[in-house]
Amino acid sequence: MENTVRAPISEKNPGPVKTLSSAAWLGWKIESNWTDPFIFAFYSIVRPITQAAILIVMYLVIRGGNFADPDFVNMYIGNAFYLLVNGAMQGVYFGILDDREHYRTLKYIYIAPLQVPIYLVGRGLASIVVASISVVITLLFGVVFLKVPIVLAEVNWLLLLVALALGMITMVSLGVILGGWALMIKNNIYTLGDALAAGLFIFSGAVFPLTVLPRALRVVGYALPLAYWFVLIRRALVPEIGHLDPMFSHFSDGNLLLIAVAFALLFAVLAVVTFRFFDHQAREKGNIDMVSNY
Amino acid sequence: MQTRITKNSGWKQFFQTVVGRAYPRVVGTMRDLNWLFFDIFMPFLTMVGYVYVYRALKAPEEYIGFVVLGSAMTAFWINILWSMSSQLYWEKEGGNLALYIASPTSMMAILLGMATGGMLATTTRALAIFVIGSLVFNVSYALVSFWTLFGVFVLTMVALYGLGMMMASLFLLLNREAWHLANFVQAPVMLFSGFYFPVRAFGFWPGMVASIIPLTLGMDAMRQLVFPSGTLIGLLTPHVEVLILAGLSVVYVLAAFFMLRYMERLAINQGRITDRLS
Repeated sequence: MENTVRAPISEKNPGPVKTLSSAAWLGWKIESNWTDPFIFAFYSIVRPITQAAILIVMYLVIRGGNFADPDFVNMYIGNAFYLLVNGAMQGVYFGILDDREHYRTLKYIYIAPLQVPIYLVGRGLASIVVASISVVITLLFGVVFLKVPIVLAEVNWLLLLVALALGMITMVSLGVILGGWALMIKNNIYTLGDALAAGLFIFSGAVFPLTVLPRALRVVGYALPLAYWFVLIRRALVPEIGHLDPMFSHFSDGNLLLIAVAFALLFAVLAVVTFRFFDHQAREKGNIDMVSNY
Repeated sequence: MQTRITKNSGWKQFFQTVVGRAYPRVVGTMRDLNWLFFDIFMPFLTMVGYVYVYRALKAPEEYIGFVVLGSAMTAFWINILWSMSSQLYWEKEGGNLALYIASPTSMMAILLGMATGGMLATTTRALAIFVIGSLVFNVSYALVSFWTLFGVFVLTMVALYGLGMMMASLFLLLNREAWHLANFVQAPVMLFSGFYFPVRAFGFWPGMVASIIPLTLGMDAMRQLVFPSGTLIGLLTPHVEVLILAGLSVVYVLAAFFMLRYMERLAINQGRITDRLS
């Protein structure tokens, strides 16, 4: 009989940190190894700039080339950071779609000794990294070529980092909620995230102030976390322009941070509760190894 | 007693394949009404976003109309990218591609069926987006010539779906990168084709280069034919654009035919028809 050497199998569960790091590593490989690093770098640079360029040209056609105008600066920064909203939300929920529909490995993930929501968050981290690179590239392009007045010495780094962290908790939680919902549906699942992103875009104040919206729609914007988040980001990056927004001028930075904390907590709790609900439903209905081929 | 199966061949078989492949795309829209939400409401939300950008910039009202028109035409570009170009990649993923190749029919007929079905289904969606957008934002039009507009639309569709068929043959060789490639070209084309603003904003020659995408000239001509100030913002006159679109239609459909033959042979030789490298 042939002697076989078996690798020792750990009897301990991997724990959340190991799950998160392994999932993030897997997510990064999936995001980046479909081509060689040069093409991936080109893809990562050109894509966000062309997306931003649509708005740049729209502005140019109407207002001409005054890119230091607060309206343009607000629009440009908002548009750049919306890439992060998309990346965080879609990165997390695409984990379910990719693993169920494309790689067909979701059932194996489910029988592995890990917590699926933590695995999903790990998968989303890679997407957040790619989106962060896109945000930096877009901002750099703006500063170098359009003279967008972001001065590093004037940036409120602490506010920026805290706001980014709170925003990411909210967006990742939204991604987990979407991921849970995606377990239940089979048609048009790929456009679910796009639909939410497009909807949130209107009410986020990312590229136009909420005051432009009709009064009834404005209320929706106030009830959602993104508008507050974008104001915080602008106040951190371009303090002078960031404080000009008339709708939020009566909010101090501290007030806005408290609101962002409250939204982050609320969405994190919602994510846990809804994912548990959808996960239970999906197991009951035998959806975990479903392949819709849609 | 055995039933004798009669098989069509030649043009009859070609036509039957076109109808057969177009059928699920058209009938699918009747059976699964989810598209009413995802394919109309979702582009509508994107359109609303761009409309309010122009409102915030205090743009002339006609620009709202440009966004409505561009958003409706976006449906075709999305369809070309994700349901024409990438389709053979999806078919490979689903295991159908090998069956297509093995079946005694022409791949060109399959692609033509995909294009015809996709075009019919997408026209419904685009029309819905256009009508809803026009009503919600109270867009007014000043139609110059219905028949020229109809001709521009038909030629734009023929050239665009010809381009889609050509791209489908290129995508035949791709695996996971197909998804990223489609994702990559989506925004640049929407930028350079002038979906939300007159393409002349780029200048004449960049606009001409962007005209290799049929939607560029198609939308430019449509804007000139339906908006009062259209002639002031056009790249070329609508009649010249019609001629160029006719030329592009012939070039793209012929190129699709030759490229498909070449790529199919290459994919078979390299064993890429059935691999699912993910």
